[in-house]
Amino acid sequence: MDNQSLISLYRKMLLVRVFEDKSAEMYTKARIAGFLHLTNGQEAIAVGAMSALNADDDLFTHYRDHGYAILKGASPESVMAELFGRATGTTGGRGGSMHLIHMDTNYWGGYAIVGGHLTLASGVAAANQFHGNGRVVTCVMGDGSTNIGTFHAALNWAQLWKLPIIFLVENNQFAMGTTIRNHSALPDVYRKADGYGMAAEQVDGNDVLAVHDVIARAAARGRAGEGPTLVEAVTYRHRGHSMADPDVQRDKAEIADWKKRDPIHRFANEVLLKRGIASPQDLEEISAEVEARVDKAAEFAENSPEPALDTLYKHIYMEPVSNMQVGGSLIRPPQIGARVASSEGENGRQ
Amino acid sequence: MAEITYREALKRAMREEMQHDPNVVIWGEDIVAYNNGGAYGVTQGLAKEFAGRVRDVPISEEAIIGLGVGAAMNGMRPICEIMTVNFTLVAWDQIVNHAAKQSHMFNGLLKVPMVIRTPNGHGRTASTHSQNFDSWFASIPGLKVIAPSTPYDAKGLLKSAIRDNDPVIFLEHLQLYGTKGEVPDEEYFVPIGESVYRRRGADVTVVSWGRMAFESNKAANMLAQDGIDVELIDLRTLRPLDLTLALESIKKTNRAIVVEEGWRSVGLGAEIAASLQEQAFDYLDAPIARVAGLEVPMPYAKNLERATLPFADDVVAAVKAMMQKQY
Repeated sequence: MDNQSLISLYRKMLLVRVFEDKSAEMYTKARIAGFLHLTNGQEAIAVGAMSALNADDDLFTHYRDHGYAILKGASPESVMAELFGRATGTTGGRGGSMHLIHMDTNYWGGYAIVGGHLTLASGVAAANQFHGNGRVVTCVMGDGSTNIGTFHAALNWAQLWKLPIIFLVENNQFAMGTTIRNHSALPDVYRKADGYGMAAEQVDGNDVLAVHDVIARAAARGRAGEGPTLVEAVTYRHRGHSMADPDVQRDKAEIADWKKRDPIHRFANEVLLKRGIASPQDLEEISAEVEARVDKAAEFAENSPEPALDTLYKHIYMEPVSNMQVGGSLIRPPQIGARVASSEGENGRQ
Repeated sequence: MAEITYREALKRAMREEMQHDPNVVIWGEDIVAYNNGGAYGVTQGLAKEFAGRVRDVPISEEAIIGLGVGAAMNGMRPICEIMTVNFTLVAWDQIVNHAAKQSHMFNGLLKVPMVIRTPNGHGRTASTHSQNFDSWFASIPGLKVIAPSTPYDAKGLLKSAIRDNDPVIFLEHLQLYGTKGEVPDEEYFVPIGESVYRRRGADVTVVSWGRMAFESNKAANMLAQDGIDVELIDLRTLRPLDLTLALESIKKTNRAIVVEEGWRSVGLGAEIAASLQEQAFDYLDAPIARVAGLEVPMPYAKNLERATLPFADDVVAAVKAMMQKQY
């Protein structure tokens, strides 16, 4: 990877981090409501994975999705506006933090029912295979997802049909507040692929270059028709499960220990500075740029309008249905003659 | 016009649509190898005609629906067969949280043009295999729900469902698969969301769908011998629900009975009765009555199963009671 690309990885990880910190700030200022799941500490997985894939490769994620949306090309403005519930957000304020999307680059969305999207991602992969378009799907989930039925149903089917898909587990070692030793019979999540004869790799999720390499291999496998790969990226989150989590259940020493392995600082120190690719001053400049970028996004969200009330029923169906409001109580204009004629053959015959 | 079975009508609809659009595929359990195509034979022979497009899949209902949603979003038009409606329970999250919500929650950026075909029904299979969830499906915004009662409607509505850009729950019925009716050789479509007069009459309005529309028609023939003239409306689509004809009919007959197979309370019949009385209260000479399944898990024993389900004689009894009672 050339120096510019390496610096770009740093910039992207920092952008995701700073965006999350700004989101937390906006949550405490009551601009953002509901659930807000931040990815601080896990940035290397998203950045490493996305750097190894083509721009039009498909992506599905869990609900810890702000970074993925931005890395896939959604503007920080549109993502922050979505968190604010504004008309300019990625779904016009309908999905909120957990359901971002960017279809220009085949980011099919964040999904908030644990494991619910694994089957959908497999279906998109099945269509890629059916159409022979060469695209590979990456389906991101947390370690908690590996215990739910759809995980096993999707892995079995994906391997059976040799679908072009990467199941990427961000193993931050907690399903909400339950440690992996208490939620998974196999704490080495990648070994669950064995049950389906699927290729699998475990990788240090705090090493952006290592993640890049693993995902590049898995994507090549998918594109070559060799089927899916289960990738387990081991990491740790610096914050609680969501902004609602007081984070009392995790060991303080463990958190402090993992913060020493912060993927951004680590990449800066062990790669950029050590190899002389960037100076401390370069990194400060990048940091200032990123901060300004995110401030601009927050300002945009703040100044964006709420969605118009008259859009409420839009897109429940792809084409308007005249009698859809409240199920059936609105009565359609009658066109009786035509309908009687069309069914004459059946009248009284049964 | 040839007389064919409801089962054959469904197969013809799928064959025509697969010929029409190469992106139409059928995925389901035991729809290729077993019995040459389907536990109930609806897909028999289609796998041979459309190589690679009709596929047996694992017994993983949540994956059948979920992969169908994904494939539909990504340019295909999957028909997902769930062997019986009972097994849709395993896939409820995929249907309600995903199939139904994608286009609205993602603000029109995604669409889900898929059909979930599955039969209602009973046949001495006890409570886990003899259920009716029409009312549940019909209560979910984002789904379209269809329950045809005749071969003509089965074919015309399934063709419309396959071409529709929204997720459609297509409720067939085990007891109707073998019934026959006239179906034209030339291509036709029955529009989604339009009820139909199955029979014109002056004395009482019966509103029904699916197997109970079939039974209600039998009841109407029996009642005609006693001089009672039933007007029967077959809803055909349960969401969006078209009550135009029902309302028009009530204004003429001043009496209405809603007939459904599923459990009575919190059922679609209650919704229909409520909606009709809201709009036609002044025209009614009697409270709107309901005929429905008894609210028990379905027993296996022959006499108990028979007692639990509504049939034509239950409709006859309800109509007679309404006609005889003085208000």
